[in-house]
Amino acid sequence: MVREQTVVSPEHLFFVAPREEVFITGSEAVAEAIKRANVDMAIAYPITPQSESMHLVGDLYAQGYLKDYYRAENEFAVMAAIHGASLGGGRVFTATSGPGTLRAMEMFPVWAGARQPIVCAFMCRGVSLPPSIQPENIEMAMLLDTGMMMFHAENAQDFYDMILKAYIIAEKPDVHLPVGVFVDGFFVTHTRDKVMLPAGDLKLPPYNPQHAPVPAFDMETPPMRIVRDPLLIKSNFISYAANASWHQEVMAAAQRARKHIVRYMGGLLEVENPHAKVFIAASGTAVSQSREALRELRQEGIDAGLIKIKSIRPFPEEEIVASTVNAHLIVVPEFNAGGWLAREIKAALNHNSRVVAGPRVFGGMTMPKELIVNTVKNALKARAGVS
Amino acid sequence: MSTKIITPVREFADLLPQEYQDLVARGPYFEPKGIEDLGTFKEIIEEHPHCAGCGVSLGIRLVAASLPSPADTVIIGTPGCSFFGLTQTAVNYSNTAFGNQNAVASGLKRMLRIRYPDQHKDVVVLVGDGGIADIGLDLTLHSWFRREKVTTIMVDNEVYGNTGGQESGMSKQGQVLNMAPVGKQFPKIPVFEMAKVSGCAYAVRVTVASPRKVGRAVRNAILVAREIGPTYIQIYTPCPTNLKFPPNRTLEVAREAEKDYYAYEEFITEEAANYLARL
Repeated sequence: MVREQTVVSPEHLFFVAPREEVFITGSEAVAEAIKRANVDMAIAYPITPQSESMHLVGDLYAQGYLKDYYRAENEFAVMAAIHGASLGGGRVFTATSGPGTLRAMEMFPVWAGARQPIVCAFMCRGVSLPPSIQPENIEMAMLLDTGMMMFHAENAQDFYDMILKAYIIAEKPDVHLPVGVFVDGFFVTHTRDKVMLPAGDLKLPPYNPQHAPVPAFDMETPPMRIVRDPLLIKSNFISYAANASWHQEVMAAAQRARKHIVRYMGGLLEVENPHAKVFIAASGTAVSQSREALRELRQEGIDAGLIKIKSIRPFPEEEIVASTVNAHLIVVPEFNAGGWLAREIKAALNHNSRVVAGPRVFGGMTMPKELIVNTVKNALKARAGVS
Repeated sequence: MSTKIITPVREFADLLPQEYQDLVARGPYFEPKGIEDLGTFKEIIEEHPHCAGCGVSLGIRLVAASLPSPADTVIIGTPGCSFFGLTQTAVNYSNTAFGNQNAVASGLKRMLRIRYPDQHKDVVVLVGDGGIADIGLDLTLHSWFRREKVTTIMVDNEVYGNTGGQESGMSKQGQVLNMAPVGKQFPKIPVFEMAKVSGCAYAVRVTVASPRKVGRAVRNAILVAREIGPTYIQIYTPCPTNLKFPPNRTLEVAREAEKDYYAYEEFITEEAANYLARL
């Protein structure tokens, strides 16, 4: 059974098609995106808090929206099989969380190195440090240099939009890289939110494997010897140089994605109150909490702004520098113990003593807005010489 | 693929690299070839850097010459000695992470079935003993449990060759090797027996000393995998470098093993036998 849907242009689906408001969970938003993504095949393996979304994707297969779907044996096998399916020249989807991400780790650089436009959702949760199934996004720190592009969704609406847009950006011939779309698990996956959706009988155009910098793995593209003197098995300068230039090309492809991210996602970041001297910079659900903190700070007469970072890879270094050129304080709240976003921002800025790396919560803790408000106020007091 | 795809237009033919012109003029694609033809046509493999007397390279050549449809075959491998030869084949070849081959092949086969519903695209896994019996055993078995229509071929040299001669699960009990300083403490892993009870419709255990049997097994395995289910071939491919015998004794070592513990065995389900009989 193949589900009848109308193929529309990405621009129509994203920006023109009328939308209606629904009240759904983040997991349901994933399924709504995949329903319209014209995905050929998905592969699933259960892990909390990802599971529900992949159940729903399985239901879409049963209803004829996908052409194949199965439950695999572990996350390494899932990511390997998704790689194989993508090599075969079709559009694929999978998702995982926390320990599953780490279990599959070896495959993510393979996806990028092979230039496969795989889209994978990550419903972030704690890893065993100590064991936790609760919301936390430390796994993102571990994926920063896999070559994969990384988008961080704030809420269910972002999650829906970013998954669909990820396909179109990933599949641009001058990009052709995998994209991870991340949310903070439970906070987004297991809560209901208002999401604006276009009609369910619309879908993206199919993936075209001919519009790619690497041929599909189907013995239909000459020359047939697509693996010729592979770089791995030679030990000489030419092979090192070839390997290094291929690696540089992977990184350059992510940079070339910037213009597409600007076009489809409205930029790598969003700035609220751009002339402020005090900023909160955040990604994911920390952005929502920061909005609440911002409201309270304004009520107390502190003119603060907000930088919502949507693209973690490529990272908007220049945009952050430009948005904070007049700022004297940048507070970075995070849902992890490591503080990876603060490190990224500090590395991008001159005078990075302006950055306060925190507050940070983890192990499943929530982030009350007061935590952010107090961090801002304490930092302002410290800077004014008042203890 | 259609042969038209690789045939260059006349005006450009002499601009292509000599190797490519050779593949077009004397390659394996245009008419059926078999092991008996080895040496009379442009072999699929050339200039591989395997050691002298390498059983694995011989195993790969025998397999490559026996593919029923090389023009529509893709090979999935895994890091190890086997990729030295496999990267020289005239078919699409990929190896990515160690031990993931049967999962990659599962996804690939399913996608090729979606994209080419009316055409056979043969997906063959060809890797060493460490890749299948040790690091990739779970993914191999699960592809069989799921009845993925893929042919899995082990070139069993009973050792990790590429990393310098370490014990693998397929090494013989008692064999002294790197990481087995007092000899291997347990028998060869019974992967062939596992294939029979894990969903394979056809399985053969053979050595490179019996090339015609290898050729028949490869052909049968790939044909059965098209319609019936997973298939498995385990080829003994002795390693002179790490097992420390002279490189001109490879076939002799394989022949002795065949008489001793590596006897030829064929397993076939009734369904697969009926299918082959109908062809």
